Amino acid sequence: MDQIFVTLKHWLVGFGPAQCQPIISAIISVAGIIGVFATLFAITTVLERKGLGRIQNRYGPNRVGPFGILQPLADGVKAIIKEDIVPRTADSVVHFLAPLVLVAPVFLALAVVPMGRNMVAIDIDAGVLFFFAVGAATELLLFMAGWSSRNKYSLLGAMRAIAQMISYEVPLILSAVSVIMIAGSLSTVKIIEAQAGYAGGLPRWFVLTPWGLAGFILFMIAAAAESNRSPFDLPEGESEIIAGYYIEYSGFKFALFFLGEYIGMFAVSGLAITLFLGGWHAPFAFLTWIPSYVWFFGKLLALIAVFIWVRGTLPRLRMDQLMNFAWKFMLPMALINLVTAGIWRFLDPGISRWLICSFLVLGPYIMLARGLLQGSNVGKRTYRYAD
Amino acid sequence: MILLIILALLTLVGAVAAMSLRNLVHCALALTVAFAGLAALYLQLDAQFVGFAQILVYIGAVAILIVFAILLTRGSETPQPSILSPSWLGGIAVAVVVFSVLAMTIVRSAITDRNLPAAPQVSVRQIGEQLMTKYLLPLEVIGLLLTAALIGAVIIAMQEKETK
Repeated sequence: MDQIFVTLKHWLVGFGPAQCQPIISAIISVAGIIGVFATLFAITTVLERKGLGRIQNRYGPNRVGPFGILQPLADGVKAIIKEDIVPRTADSVVHFLAPLVLVAPVFLALAVVPMGRNMVAIDIDAGVLFFFAVGAATELLLFMAGWSSRNKYSLLGAMRAIAQMISYEVPLILSAVSVIMIAGSLSTVKIIEAQAGYAGGLPRWFVLTPWGLAGFILFMIAAAAESNRSPFDLPEGESEIIAGYYIEYSGFKFALFFLGEYIGMFAVSGLAITLFLGGWHAPFAFLTWIPSYVWFFGKLLALIAVFIWVRGTLPRLRMDQLMNFAWKFMLPMALINLVTAGIWRFLDPGISRWLICSFLVLGPYIMLARGLLQGSNVGKRTYRYAD
Repeated sequence: MILLIILALLTLVGAVAAMSLRNLVHCALALTVAFAGLAALYLQLDAQFVGFAQILVYIGAVAILIVFAILLTRGSETPQPSILSPSWLGGIAVAVVVFSVLAMTIVRSAITDRNLPAAPQVSVRQIGEQLMTKYLLPLEVIGLLLTAALIGAVIIAMQEKETK
C-alpha cells in the first residue's frame, strides 16, 4: 500500500523499449507531480478563500458547488475566456515570456522533494542546493514581469519584490544550513533518513530540538517572505500598489502568476517538511501503517493551513519594517542558530544539552527583540470591538 | 555529444545576442540565458556543485545586479542604432584567420596524444572536506574579502543618504 505509486510507475515504464525507459520514467514522474500539485493548487484556492472568509467573520465562496468547492473551475474558465490586454508600449516579448518562464522553475523545485518512501523525482547529491538555485532564478523573472509592463507602479513593485526576496533568501538558506550540518548531506533523501527512528515515543525530527524549532520558525517566516505571502506581500498588495508587478497582466497570464506563487509556497513548504518535520515519517511508532505519502501531504496541508491562518490574522509589514526584520533580527538569529546546532552536535545527549541550547536560542531572541524596540514603550495589547 | 552541441549553441547564441541586441535590458536577459547555458554545461560534465552554484550566484545575484545597474543609470534611453562598425566584414575575416591559426596549433601539438585519466567522481562532500583542510586559508581570505565588500557597500549607500 505504501509503495503503490512506485510499483505503478515501474509497471508503466516496463512497457517502453529499454533505451527510452529513463526518459519514460522521468516523464511519468513529471506528469504525476504536475497533476497532483495543480490539483492541490485548485483545492488551496478554495480553502484559502473559505478560510480567510471564516477568519473575517463571513462566508467564503459558497455559490458554485456545495460549500463552494467547485469555485476553481469557475475561476479557471473566467481566466481563460478573459481578454488578454497587453499595453501598447509594453515590451511584448518579455511581457509574454515572463509568466511562462516563471512557472517552470517553481515546478523544477518540486522535483527534489521526496513525497513518500522512494518517491523523489530526482535523487541528486546536492538536492537542497538545487532547490535554492532554482528559487534564486525566480527573482529575475519577477523583475522581467515588472519591467516589461512599462508602468511606474509595476516597476516599483518589482524592485520591492526583488529587494524583499534577496533579503529573505539569506535567513532561509542559513536556517537550512544548520539542518545540513547536522544531517551531513545535501541530499534530501539522506536528510529524511537522518530523522528516522523514535526516541522515547517521540519522533527524532529536527523540529523537536531547540535549534530545530528556532530554525523551523525562521525558515517558515523567510518562506512566507520568499513567496510574497502576507504579511510580506507589500509588492503585490491590493491597497498599496494595486498588485505591483502584475498590474498589467490579465486573464490567463495572471492565473499563471498566481499558480507560480502558490506552487512556490508548496515547494518551500515541502522543503520545510523535508528538512525539519521528518519528511514522510509518521509522528509516532504505532502509526507507521499509514502510507508515507499520506503523511507528507497531511503535513503539507497543515503548513498551508498555517500560512492561510497567518495571512488572515497579521497586518501587512511596511517595506522598511520588512527589511529591518530581515537584516537586523532574522540574520543574527539564523547565525546564532548555526552555532547552537553545532554545540548540540558535540555535547553528550542529556538534559544539559537541552538546557544549554534552549538558553542559547531564547537568550538572543529576547535580547534582540528588546534591543530592536529601542526603548519604545510597547504597552499591553488593547482590543476594540465593533459594537 | 548532441547535448553538448545544443548547450554550447545556446550559450553562444545568448552571448552573441547579449552583444548585439539594441535594447539594453534585452541584452542583460540574453546574458542570463548564456549563464544558464554555462550552468547546463557544468551539469552535463557532472560537476553538480559548480553548476548549481553558477545558477545560484550568477543568475540569482549577478544578473539581478546587472539589471538594476542598467535601470538606475541609463535604461530609459531610446534603443541605439545598429552597433556594427562599417568594416565588419574585415573584422570577421581577421577573427576567422586567428581562430584557425590557434586551432591548428592546438590540434597538431602533442596535447592530443596524452593519456587522459578517468574522470573523477567528485561529490559535494569531497569539495567540503578539501575546503576545510587543504584550502582553508583561501576560504578564510575570501570570507574576509566578502565582509569587506559588504561593509563597503553599506558605507557607500549610507553616505548617499547623509548628503541628501
